[in-house]
Amino acid sequence: MASIKQMDYGTPERVSDTQVTLDIDGRVVMVPAGTSIMRAAAEAGINVPKLCATDSIEAFGSCRLCMVEVEGRKGTPASCTTPVMPGMKVKTQTSRLEKLRRGVMELYISDHPLDCLTCPTNGDCELQDMAGVVGLRQVRYGFDGANHLKAEKDESNPYFTFDPSKCIACSRCVRACAETQGTFALTIAGRGFDSIVSAGAEESFMDSECVSCGACVQACPTATLMEKSVIEHGMPEHAVQTTCAYCGVGCSFRAEMQGDTVVRMVPDKEGGANEGHSCVKGRFAWGYATHQDRIYKPMIRERITDPWREVSWEDAIGYAAQRLRAVQAKYGNGSIGGITSSRCTNEEVFVVQKMVRAAFGNNNVDTCARVCHSPTGYGLKQTFGTSAGTQDFASVDDTDVMLLIGANPTDGHPVFGSRMKKRLRQGAKLIVMDPRRIDLVKSPHVKAAHHLQLRPGANVAAVNALAHVIVTEGLVDEAFVAERCDPVEFDRWRAFIAEPRNSPEVTEPLTGIPASEMRAAARLYATGGNGAIYYGLGVTEHSQGSTMVMGMANLAMATGNIGRRGVGVNPLRGQNNVQGSCDMGSFPHELSGYRHVSDDAVRSVFEEVWQAALDPEPGLRIPNMFDAATHGTFKGLFVQGEDIAQSDPNTHHVTSALEAMECVIVQDLFLNETATFAHIFFPGTSFLEKDGTFTNAERRINRVRQVMAPKTGKAEWQVICDLVTAMGYPMHYDNASQIMDEIARLTPTFRGVSFEKLDRLGSVQWPCNDAAPEGTPLMHVDGFIRGKGRFMITEFVPTEERTSRYFPLILTTGRILSHYNVGAQTRRTANVAWHPEDILEVHPHDAEERGLRDGDLVSLASRVGGTTLRAKISDRMPQGVVYTTFHHPVTGANVVTTEHSDWATNCPEYKVTAVQVTRSNQPSDWQVQYESDGIQRRQIAPASPPQAAE
Amino acid sequence: MKSTDMIRMANQIATYFKSYPHDEAVAETAGHIKSFWDPRMRDALYAHVGSGGSGLDDLVREAVAVLKRGSAEGQAIR
Repeated sequence: MASIKQMDYGTPERVSDTQVTLDIDGRVVMVPAGTSIMRAAAEAGINVPKLCATDSIEAFGSCRLCMVEVEGRKGTPASCTTPVMPGMKVKTQTSRLEKLRRGVMELYISDHPLDCLTCPTNGDCELQDMAGVVGLRQVRYGFDGANHLKAEKDESNPYFTFDPSKCIACSRCVRACAETQGTFALTIAGRGFDSIVSAGAEESFMDSECVSCGACVQACPTATLMEKSVIEHGMPEHAVQTTCAYCGVGCSFRAEMQGDTVVRMVPDKEGGANEGHSCVKGRFAWGYATHQDRIYKPMIRERITDPWREVSWEDAIGYAAQRLRAVQAKYGNGSIGGITSSRCTNEEVFVVQKMVRAAFGNNNVDTCARVCHSPTGYGLKQTFGTSAGTQDFASVDDTDVMLLIGANPTDGHPVFGSRMKKRLRQGAKLIVMDPRRIDLVKSPHVKAAHHLQLRPGANVAAVNALAHVIVTEGLVDEAFVAERCDPVEFDRWRAFIAEPRNSPEVTEPLTGIPASEMRAAARLYATGGNGAIYYGLGVTEHSQGSTMVMGMANLAMATGNIGRRGVGVNPLRGQNNVQGSCDMGSFPHELSGYRHVSDDAVRSVFEEVWQAALDPEPGLRIPNMFDAATHGTFKGLFVQGEDIAQSDPNTHHVTSALEAMECVIVQDLFLNETATFAHIFFPGTSFLEKDGTFTNAERRINRVRQVMAPKTGKAEWQVICDLVTAMGYPMHYDNASQIMDEIARLTPTFRGVSFEKLDRLGSVQWPCNDAAPEGTPLMHVDGFIRGKGRFMITEFVPTEERTSRYFPLILTTGRILSHYNVGAQTRRTANVAWHPEDILEVHPHDAEERGLRDGDLVSLASRVGGTTLRAKISDRMPQGVVYTTFHHPVTGANVVTTEHSDWATNCPEYKVTAVQVTRSNQPSDWQVQYESDGIQRRQIAPASPPQAAE
Repeated sequence: MKSTDMIRMANQIATYFKSYPHDEAVAETAGHIKSFWDPRMRDALYAHVGSGGSGLDDLVREAVAVLKRGSAEGQAIR
């Protein structure tokens, strides 16, 4: 359990090779050069009074409360803005300082309501604390003069209030918005006494550019910016450190509690991934965990058209075991399988894949990474030797040139997006390769040096063009390549990429990127210092997703941008535990640690520990499972915490496959879309009820700690143990820690991981083993995991999904800041205030050709299906390209997407679907059917009345 | 699985490896199918080749021959 308050050193930490020794109040203190007197004092245990200073933002020197006396200097300098000097002698407490501070406080309090006892921040107010510290005993000025006491509250934001009557104009919120978040939504309007914090151009917080990250609320020393949950419930009394269950950044949070009720989630300053920052989802959108839609009891039904029936855990598990074994008896051992979830812990995922391999007796296990980052796994393993990003997030602080491809970090990975913006404001250059004009192309104090606005589907042609320039203009880091890479592979890649057909000029008609722009971008990446590639699903979700990943790896190797801070190839993982679910052996061809199932030596280790014979053949991938289901050879599926009926492409195909199965088991918080096709529902646990670990995009293994008991009565891994035991394969663990111990025993890259170590160190990045007992922040430092880096040939092959007279536009799909994946969690929070429905962004030219106006209902149709949604006219997309999200099931964005997929991994090609858009005035046939089926298939039979006592 | 989907997937793999020298391309295509395709998918591919292999890239046919030969000899191809 963590203490409620974290230490605040007043100003940020400084790093320097030079140490400075000084005297503070008679104590000898040694700190790095550049440290403020305030921080030096705090590190020595002396807390100088302060109001405008906090250690998450740079010193400002406005409140004048932190004045100190320095021997030999005139006046009383602010300790927050005065750096330490060798031999300096500082007094932090004298009668002169006491008098001055009391005067300052008196002025603050003269314009501050004296309602401390009923104030929501009572007990957690720095102003209140400082009044006590300086010994304020009277306020001589009264409230008769001008004041702000009746200033109107802004309660427009669903999660926090802005009460200007309590504002002391310290600018901490303004600076947090600028420095930490990088949105610059806040400012101080007015001058002197009229100074007031203003969102946007004196708008409400909701109407302003505010992204609701919570940095301002975190920074506020008073009750001016306050969480509504604290106003409602009061101050928390204890805190538990845990990890956010949203995106792949994996932010560390402190769940601040009253009993077993969460009062607020506060980003943890000690968090390795987020260092005290957060986004609207992690900070505020946790209410889904106790939403009324949650199901807490197991349910079963014979047919998917029957109403659900609540039963005991024992009955549900027995029924599931019997149905699964019956399917196997009828259709064969390989007729059932499972899908693991990137929203679940490593431990929960591990036991599900173990269930499939050891108890089901096949390798039909896959994970949702199939539909997002499976090409990353393939591509980076081929080139570097392991399926993971190369850097930690902090590495970007040393990056000089960021090459951002097919990712929108300020929406998809907001906390890392803020870190990128911080580095960009310091002068790093940015190249964005994306069909869409994402916010990073141009936002306050950030402007991309190049926006390579390529046509969807032309990624590989574009990366080849960049590489062509590097090779033909002599920009290859020959020494790096000679030392670190396979010479045969490099020579044939060099010959291939140097061919004129890969030049920017020849590929320009394919990519749509002017050759001169492409050449300039390539030169910048190759010669601009440390070059780092960051990428997302705009890379992987293509028919050449794996080729593109290898193309980026080629670029990094050719320029020597691997193996040190500031460089690398970095996948921005979508879900919180995508990396972990892949690490845990969720792919049908690999055991944990990415080792092929056909490897007899590896398999035998697992067989000995698991006491089960394992199948040496790869199992079915998710799309293959659907194909096999419609073909009649795959009849039973266990789905852990994923909603494949909403998230996977070609909804008709997916739902037909689910309907063809005889036993579908869903383990989830809610009766999601997939559950409408299920026969057994196991209620799942939210991240607040879990004990385990998540692994984020930088391979960081973070602890997820239980802040409340499972509301279902069982941890998810316990349910799996009970199920397989009922199927005749006894499996038991006393706790999640024992599961991690088994993972460590069986997985070389996790050999040194244990809950005890994670609790001691905070987190570790794998590989964590005897060679690296405290983990590995940077990979491939002295050599590639596979030995020599392997350049792969990346011939551009256009997708078979083509536009035509009937489907002349390209649809590409993505996500937005306020929602997460299929929206199952965020739709059940106040985040719907920002995005109540999916909308279709249409370029003004395409809209005009079709007679569309902003807000019109439109029909979006591809050759596989159609849906209806509202249009928004936007020039963020190039002409000929439309964009939507898939957060709302009623939209059915995936009714439109097709069966095309990546050649190596079957990752769906979500980013390229040929469509037509026309005006509409009614829902699509699919939507009508969806509404009626959904209501019927979610019905729960009323509980039987209790039998009267005889 | 529909045969059109199977043919497309197999041809996509062959198309990628076609950039490599022929023997290597055949081996890599075979290795990829062996490593990532479930046996029932491979059996369907073998059956399709056996019935003429309509629509399949020549490289796939050669890879299937290698796979069948390896299978007969009990060799693992990865």
